[in-house]
Amino acid sequence: MNGYSDALIWGIIIALGIGTFFLRFSFMGFLGDRQLPEWALRYLRYTPVAVLPGLVAPLVLWPAGTGGETDPARMIAAFATLGVGIATRNTLWAILSGLAALYLSLWLVG
Amino acid sequence: MSDMTANGTAPKGTIRAAYWRGFRHGLPFLLVIMPFGLLFGVAATSAGLDLAQVMGFSVMVIAGAAQFTALQLMGDQAPVLLILAASLAVNLRMAMYSAALTPHFGKAKTWQKALVAYFMVDQSYAMAANEYEAEPEMSRAEKLAYYAGVCTPICPNWYVATLLGALVGAKIPPEFALDFAVPITFLAMIGPALRTLAHVAAAAVSVVGALALSFLPSGVGLMIAAVAAMVTGAQVELWVARRKAVRE
Repeated sequence: MNGYSDALIWGIIIALGIGTFFLRFSFMGFLGDRQLPEWALRYLRYTPVAVLPGLVAPLVLWPAGTGGETDPARMIAAFATLGVGIATRNTLWAILSGLAALYLSLWLVG
Repeated sequence: MSDMTANGTAPKGTIRAAYWRGFRHGLPFLLVIMPFGLLFGVAATSAGLDLAQVMGFSVMVIAGAAQFTALQLMGDQAPVLLILAASLAVNLRMAMYSAALTPHFGKAKTWQKALVAYFMVDQSYAMAANEYEAEPEMSRAEKLAYYAGVCTPICPNWYVATLLGALVGAKIPPEFALDFAVPITFLAMIGPALRTLAHVAAAAVSVVGALALSFLPSGVGLMIAAVAAMVTGAQVELWVARRKAVRE
């Protein structure tokens, strides 16, 4: 991992570990029996679908494995993963279908 | 179940039964945890992290999506603050889980709450929330035992799978296109999360925003897009609820 010193990488790991622990401990640890307001819960509900799709979109369009060039095999795999995930609501099936689609289309196209 | 008291004491037998019920409920998640942990070990090793750092991630953070997020942004040479902000944003849902478990564990001992917090993952939260709703008679001791039971097959095996992935990762040739295993794992988590119109709208704003702002330094566009997407999700939820109320 060039660009970061070993110490900086450990700093990231430790900061992320502590930050994540406090998110997990937060309300249970500090609030006692009080409840979170409804508006705050409403925002929190959407954090995963607000962060992950934006993170993955450039990786699908401009994959690292091809040096950033759009690749039909990887696009097909991406749509297969998403489609199976929506249809089955099951992360494991989506991963397996995505990998199967990736290897099948790499074999057919490449 | 009449021999139980509300303040968290219960006969040893029912506590043991709760633990093993949790264990059985946690067991099927091995099928998700093992490949996911393996992939993280492989991806982190091929990104150039050493074994201790790879394990450091899985032991200290134990949160797959956040670990992959950090790894991806580190690969993009993003500034440290943005790596932390994006990864912690992915983990904000844990604060929601924490809030949801507060009625059950808010009055537990601090060390117990610390352990519940450390082992809080999507699966342990989801199983516990379902169980406590279905069995409102459970004492706090039984709830803790059930939670520990769910975590037993899941969490230690997250470390084991990461270790296996890290050990074999360096030996996997590029023909296997493992670079794309990371996007696939993300997409596999997104699909099942698109539960309502509000979730779909938030995801769409996130994608369009991140792509449109990709000319910004790495991580910056994503943060802006994510905030816009969160607001979109919350607003669409309100709008749908209001329309429903008007129709009724």
